[in-house]
Amino acid sequence: MSNVLLEVNQLTTKYITRFREDVYAVDHVSLSLEAGKSIGIAGESGCGKSTLALSLMGYYFAPLHYQSGDIIIDGKNISGMKPDDVRRNILGREIAYIPQAAMNALNPTCKIRKFIRDVMHAHYPKMRDDEIDRMAEDRFRELNLPVDSLDLHAVELSGGMKQRVVIAVSTILKPKVLIADEPSSALDVSSQKVVIRMLRDMMNAGLIGSMIFITHELPLLYNVTDDIMVMYAGQIVEKGTAAEMVFDPIHPYSRGLMRSILVPEEGTRNIKLTAIPGTPPNLKKPPQGCRFYDRCRYRQPQCQYNAVPIADIEGNRQYRCQLSVDQLRELYTAEDAEAERKQAEDTVLQKFLKDTGMNSAKEENRDDI
Amino acid sequence: MTYEELQNAPLCLSGRQLTKVFVNGKVSKTAVDHVDFDFHQGEVISIVGESGSGKTTLSKMLLGLLNVTSGTIYFKGEERKIRTMAQRRAYWNGIQAIFQDPFSSYNIFHKIDAVLDDCINMRYGRHIDKQKREDLKTEACSFVNLKYAELTNKYPFELSGGQMQRLMIARIFLLKPQILLADEPTSMIDACSRATILDMLLKLRDETGMTVIFITHDIGLAYYISDTVYIMEHGKFVESGSADEVILHPKAAYTKRLISDVPKIHEEWNLDDVFTGEE
Repeated sequence: MSNVLLEVNQLTTKYITRFREDVYAVDHVSLSLEAGKSIGIAGESGCGKSTLALSLMGYYFAPLHYQSGDIIIDGKNISGMKPDDVRRNILGREIAYIPQAAMNALNPTCKIRKFIRDVMHAHYPKMRDDEIDRMAEDRFRELNLPVDSLDLHAVELSGGMKQRVVIAVSTILKPKVLIADEPSSALDVSSQKVVIRMLRDMMNAGLIGSMIFITHELPLLYNVTDDIMVMYAGQIVEKGTAAEMVFDPIHPYSRGLMRSILVPEEGTRNIKLTAIPGTPPNLKKPPQGCRFYDRCRYRQPQCQYNAVPIADIEGNRQYRCQLSVDQLRELYTAEDAEAERKQAEDTVLQKFLKDTGMNSAKEENRDDI
Repeated sequence: MTYEELQNAPLCLSGRQLTKVFVNGKVSKTAVDHVDFDFHQGEVISIVGESGSGKTTLSKMLLGLLNVTSGTIYFKGEERKIRTMAQRRAYWNGIQAIFQDPFSSYNIFHKIDAVLDDCINMRYGRHIDKQKREDLKTEACSFVNLKYAELTNKYPFELSGGQMQRLMIARIFLLKPQILLADEPTSMIDACSRATILDMLLKLRDETGMTVIFITHDIGLAYYISDTVYIMEHGKFVESGSADEVILHPKAAYTKRLISDVPKIHEEWNLDDVFTGEE
């Protein structure tokens, strides 16, 4: 385990609101990331994905505060450092961040070349401009980006180009860990593919040591990352390899997430999407027991009061639930069989209605306009 | 209903040689280029294309928010007339829209009740007694799995994105137009609430028999929801047909490329095969 680049132990961070209330948006999160590996974080909006990204960088500015836990990057603990030190010494060199909105990340008033000079001067104040230019040009050539774009303003680039330039600039110092926070969710499918290919090429070329990829698009995560973690209400509820998580989820919440995947493949049209009812809990007053209790289909009476720690199971997997893996799997098989039976019944009913000409019932509902 | 049955249903909206040219001084740009389409009653139609392919321009023309450069739109078999404001109002009784950004679809200074009240005024007239009004609002909210009692007297910022978008659907339920135009209604909403919204749109179609025109760039979504798919490239429809035919057996090169660009689960996603003709 010598090549672990990032190790996070029981990290807890909180937001302090105007009324002095604590909101624990990242609650006892542990993860470890080896060199050359990538990890994906999935979850619905508001579950703490982006807060986790900011916390991992040590980027604590009010209202975000550090509470407890360790962040160890390549043997160096950064958890107690001041934000200004982090910004000067850690960001960019050890850990880099790609924001979601690349459109707003570039300075609109200067050319890309000037922007890169600014970035480099922040880290190496004595570096000469021509040195920086040579470095930027080499990097752009390496990543198959047009070198001419260095002399353009941000507004002259298309959305996909802007995102790629932002990625190139944020990784110019060869960071050990790259955090990509929804890098492609604002792009259309073709530009998304180009951006993802660039990230993969950078991993292969060793420009970035490892990657944390945050998104809510599960098909994308499945194709990009080695491992997937699912977050819910500030906690990690399940972790496993990408294939395990997509085809054999254990936690009821991850199962709900995997049920909402939409891909243009044969047969997916007939599968009914099942949405998870309800909304996530308010983290100002987190529930006493399991945080998923209110929305869980398989809840037990004890779930409401007993908080569950995250448990290791076979392989490298972890999950957080009262029920054992076998119990959960049994429940899922029963549910699948039930759904199949219902669908078969529906088809028979539809056919009967059609044969007898009774399916005009819906016409009567329609009011005149 | 099957695809064939839908094709024989009465026509709801159709266009012939529809064109929109944006002119700025000496520069002109054709956003929508001589497109023909036939939308039938009760059909769910998806218009799929990349950014800049003219999807939104087409939808604005269908809604009557943009003037048509040339070509004609037929609404229920007759030529659409939207010269005067009265004609426009009458047309908007038949066609309504849900937009991409639910956060900017509301007037932030008004309570949510006002949104629903406006719809009731538009459809049933101003003079409707209070009890009936409450009943209608409760019914509409329960259709989209929201509790009216919890929503009343709230402002839009107190709701989540998914709730706002669902309330937009409640609005459509009150208005019951013949055509609903949904312009990327789920792109700003995360994957979990997306399924709810899609199921509600399908339920709306099944209960009221309205035509749903779904504009999206997500092919997986289009495949799930629609009966008919139109693929748009540079202002032209390059391919159209039933969802199974277009998505599973694409003919046009552009459609093939679009589908190969989508990450999939059961097939391998080939990253080396990318389209590099970026402008």
